[in-house]
Amino acid sequence: MAEIAFRNVNKIYPNGFQAVHRLDLSIADGEFLVMVGPSGCGKSTTLRMLAGLETISSGDLLIAGHRVNDLHPRARNIAMVFQSYALYPHKTVQGNIEFPLRMARLPAAEVKTRALEVARMLELEPLLQRKPGLLSGGQRQRVAMARALVRDPVAFLMDEPLSNLDAKLRVQMRAEIAALQRRTGTTTVYVTHDQVEAMTMGDRVAVFKDGLLQQVDTPQQLFERPVNTFVAGFIGSPSMNLITARREPAGGGPVLVVAGERISLGKGMETRFNLTDADAERVVCLGLRPEDVVDPQLVGEDRRLHGRVALTELLGREQMVYLDLRDGTRLVARLHADRRLKAGEEIAVGIDPARLYLFQADGRALPYRQG
Amino acid sequence: MRRLVVYMLLVLFALLCLVPIAWLVASAFKANADFHVYPVVPPVDRLTLANFTSLFTQMPFLRFMMNSFFVAGATVILQLFFSSLGGFALAKYDFAGKKAVMGVMLATMMIPGPVLLAPMYELIYHMGLIDSHLGLIVPGMVNVFGMFLFRQSMLSVPDEMLQAARIDGCNEFQIFWHVVMPVSRPIVGAFCLIAFMGTWNSFLWPQIILQSSDRFTLPIGLNQMIGVYEADYGAMMAGTLLAVLPVVVLFFLLQKEFIAGLTKGAVKG
Repeated sequence: MAEIAFRNVNKIYPNGFQAVHRLDLSIADGEFLVMVGPSGCGKSTTLRMLAGLETISSGDLLIAGHRVNDLHPRARNIAMVFQSYALYPHKTVQGNIEFPLRMARLPAAEVKTRALEVARMLELEPLLQRKPGLLSGGQRQRVAMARALVRDPVAFLMDEPLSNLDAKLRVQMRAEIAALQRRTGTTTVYVTHDQVEAMTMGDRVAVFKDGLLQQVDTPQQLFERPVNTFVAGFIGSPSMNLITARREPAGGGPVLVVAGERISLGKGMETRFNLTDADAERVVCLGLRPEDVVDPQLVGEDRRLHGRVALTELLGREQMVYLDLRDGTRLVARLHADRRLKAGEEIAVGIDPARLYLFQADGRALPYRQG
Repeated sequence: MRRLVVYMLLVLFALLCLVPIAWLVASAFKANADFHVYPVVPPVDRLTLANFTSLFTQMPFLRFMMNSFFVAGATVILQLFFSSLGGFALAKYDFAGKKAVMGVMLATMMIPGPVLLAPMYELIYHMGLIDSHLGLIVPGMVNVFGMFLFRQSMLSVPDEMLQAARIDGCNEFQIFWHVVMPVSRPIVGAFCLIAFMGTWNSFLWPQIILQSSDRFTLPIGLNQMIGVYEADYGAMMAGTLLAVLPVVVLFFLLQKEFIAGLTKGAVKG
């Protein structure tokens, strides 16, 4: 059992900057947790506290039920892959992989067997006698992984391990790491600023902003039920449109005024929210993912927005359309490429209430419907 | 044309630099009687190895050499160990008073060596190390210049590499020993050469500390040949020639790392 738990953990640097605020987070044994957020959000600091490379200002960090706040990194039996890989340049690939085992004073025969086993798993066998300086980025990354894997640690920590690779290799390694984690079943904490990595790799994803944990949930839940505008805007690519809205009382269900146009939400059952009148009163912001903008023919007159095309980007079968709505608000829509659009053209787009997100003045989402 | 002039000037300067060495080599093979007769090179039939034989027969030259090797070797090893350890601490750890410590260390470099001779002698006297090799080795164990040299070089070792080692199970000394030192190899080579030359050629301090001739190092032993009433210049030149050899050999062994070490940090990459 290697459950990891942060209990009300704070990190305050000597200069007074608080990098992490009151963090409460539990990571189950064998789980793949991804911590994601913009730079400076505290995700790396959290990882480094877990590794023992940063002190914890207050609160408790538990690994398998034991408080490890004051343990030296080497006493925590944790393996880490760094962004720069941090390979030992004077050692061969084999020397790098064997190093943690040698430090643990394992018998030489066992060191060798285990290093070879891991090298085989990561297809590093032909490179064992090379120095890191002669390896490509992807190979170095693999060596760093091997060095972490060889130890059989209680947890793997990975600090943006793919950010130095080119796009194609990154996609490939992403799948490999996820597969490897599933095979070994070792608890893994993975830090990235790339939400695509977060969504594709993690069992659960923890979203950070300004040192505060915003939401931790499965990728699907994060996508479908973001707790606030930050998570809503951060998760999903391209980003969700967040547009000022105002509720207008009307018969036949709530109506929102968006960019000077009226959008009927229907009788409440159509949205993902428990939209009581009192809730609807609090709506100030409407979230709409670009891919959720629908053909105006599919919805009624009372669910359309009109705007002028500012720019289109062809992505193959689809196109990104940047629309300036009637009050000047920018709306991004992902439409089928068949629809030929010219800049300056006036078009209508449809809004499906079932796909809307609604937020309150403090940025929090309205309560979602249960189930 | 301009290039030709530059090369000719360079050759000229190179020759000028070689003159004392050529003179040393020539003198080492001149008989004492010819020393002032032939200012430069004597005729071939006057060349002799007598100076070398007298070195080994008339005086304990081999003993001097062994003494020098022992003192220089021990000093270099100890200096290397303590200077690199100190440099590592200054480069990679933050501790209270670090700036003050570095300031004081730098200040000590500005004190001229001779000023310290008397207090050092007093200290060594009270430690009972007068007329012993330890009296030469102990004061030379730590070298502020070396510490700064290592600090500068170790600043460029990435912190992530140290952290990786920490996570891989190293304690702080093992990080130094297994990761930082191997990575600092060029500077180790450069430092060994500088430290070896300094100790090997050191004259003043050994002259003050050493009294028994069987403990003399090479420079002191060679100096012994110039007496008040007679001077065996031939033997002295032969001895000097032999004394220079280890430094030359060491330089050629380490020259690649030496050059790399001295220019390290000059260019990024």
